[in-house]
Amino acid sequence: MKIKAYKYALLLTGSLLLNAPTWATDFQTGMLVNTCAGCHGPDGVSTGPASPTIAGMAEESFVESMLAFKSDERPSTIMGRIARGYTDAEINQMAGYFKTLTFQRAVQPFDADKAKRGKNLHKKHCEKCHIEGGRKDEDGSSILAGQWQAYLEASFEDFQSGGRSMPKKMKKRMKKMVKQGGDTAIEDVIHYYTSQQK
Amino acid sequence: MTQLNRRHFLKLSAGAAAASSLTLPHFAHAGTQKVVIIGGGVGGATAARYLKIADPAVEVILVEPKKTYHTCFMSNEVLSGERKMESISFGYDNIAKMGVKVIHSAAKAIDATKKVVTLVDESSVAYDRLIVSPGIDFKWEDLEGYDAEVAKKIPHAWQAGEQTKTLRKQLEEMKDGGTVIIGVTPPNNSFRCPPGPYERTGLIASYLKHHKPKSKVLVLDAKEKFSKQGLFVAGWKDRYGYGTDNSMIDWVPASKEGKIVAVNAADNTVVAGELEDSHKGDVINIIPPQKAGKIAFIAGLTDKTGWCPVNKKTFESTIHKDIYVIGDASIASKMPKSGYSANSQAKVCAVAVISSLKGTEMVVPSYVNTCYSAIDSDYGISVAAVYRYSDADNMIMPVKGAGGLSPADASAADRKREIGYAHSWFNNVTKDIFG
Repeated sequence: MKIKAYKYALLLTGSLLLNAPTWATDFQTGMLVNTCAGCHGPDGVSTGPASPTIAGMAEESFVESMLAFKSDERPSTIMGRIARGYTDAEINQMAGYFKTLTFQRAVQPFDADKAKRGKNLHKKHCEKCHIEGGRKDEDGSSILAGQWQAYLEASFEDFQSGGRSMPKKMKKRMKKMVKQGGDTAIEDVIHYYTSQQK
Repeated sequence: MTQLNRRHFLKLSAGAAAASSLTLPHFAHAGTQKVVIIGGGVGGATAARYLKIADPAVEVILVEPKKTYHTCFMSNEVLSGERKMESISFGYDNIAKMGVKVIHSAAKAIDATKKVVTLVDESSVAYDRLIVSPGIDFKWEDLEGYDAEVAKKIPHAWQAGEQTKTLRKQLEEMKDGGTVIIGVTPPNNSFRCPPGPYERTGLIASYLKHHKPKSKVLVLDAKEKFSKQGLFVAGWKDRYGYGTDNSMIDWVPASKEGKIVAVNAADNTVVAGELEDSHKGDVINIIPPQKAGKIAFIAGLTDKTGWCPVNKKTFESTIHKDIYVIGDASIASKMPKSGYSANSQAKVCAVAVISSLKGTEMVVPSYVNTCYSAIDSDYGISVAAVYRYSDADNMIMPVKGAGGLSPADASAADRKREIGYAHSWFNNVTKDIFG
């Protein structure tokens, strides 16, 4: 009997695991997260060209971003206006959902030479926090590898202009990277991130 | 069982319990439950997909005559030449792959008592729940000299497809120095895509600026003001000299004789205002007054406004039980009639329909809408809202302090970014709708 129940449990769980996680077992969460799909894509995977993929974001990154958008501490064209429509509790609920989804790297054009230079720059200046070539979202670092180019460009622009604040360490490292890597340093690292498509 | 196995087992059981709360109720029903959807536009197609995600066991039948759907949104970029028709064309293969039965036919009657839809070929389809998403129809009767036949020559292009192609072709063939008349004839914002005519104005001006710079766009409007007016006007000033003697755009409201009262196809003129001034256009585009799609009237789902009243928490008709109306045809105030509204409403409705079939309580709904408008190829603006249901007055209310318009003082960089996000919205929402 116990074995039977175990098998049944395995069967059901297995089928859930095989498919992409959906909101279908929890309509209340579904209601909220489905409002993101129009701009960020079904299952949080954006088809681009500019809205970022939000699938697989760490809870911390998601919540921090949304709260910063809400307060306009982080500049945006539209995200602040949308973020203010949700309570902090709802944002937490959404974060708990999107972290379970799989980030899918965007297929987009990139320049191999720039990506090569960018890889070296990344290793030297960014890898310490944006680990595994920017593929892993740890401590709110967000996933950079395979994110859409236009979004990465906009993010760098905002960091560079000072419109978007960054941790002291990051500011120092970025400055150093630009100093050592020259005018194309930022473009190069962006191409490194967009070159990662698998 | 070892310690590890036991823990594993407990974890799995918890997973199974969560899953079974969803899947087990199906076994309780004798037969398969059936949801029929009339209309494979934004609302209907989204509903089909979301019903299948929410409960793959429910049989979903989508009735849509066309094999290819053209989105109205982004069709203005086809008019300006920036976008090809193919990019706004969508089929139903991906929806069918999810297990939705797609019937390429049209509904001609609904029996709300027997719960049966009759198709034009006289075949019938029974339903447990019916979703009606018929989009818009035109009130030809409200505009003298304009009907479906005249529209072949003087297009509305307010249902995309052939109409879009016709208007684009006319713009391409027009001589430099010509006048394009855009007649906005709905008397209020109760029509599909309220900012659409003004996006069209700017994008046609953009095309003319680059290809036929001596030409002009004359907008004759039955209204006094329009959606996102401040932002549109600022953009027109920035790009098309609006307000100067050399303006490529002239907008004439009702109080300045802008209300079109008749269309004369024979000599390509429109008659406007109380003084009945005649305006000759080299290309004329008429956006007619609108009402819910035909089947909504046949089935008695409309009220005196010409649209369908619904319980806005579920989109169930307040007239007929077990029939739901979404998209442009529904009265979903305060959401505007937009493609994104229809997409959002369909998701709420899909959950409501599945909950109703399961006999469970409908959860608290959440709705969203963003309308992007392009003023030029690198100049975008938007209006957005997140909505909640208000039980007291059955209204869908925008969350206070959220949403609203793009800032009036946004930088050129941000205006350009909004175009990128508008295109991202288009790519993602169409994936969300058609799979």
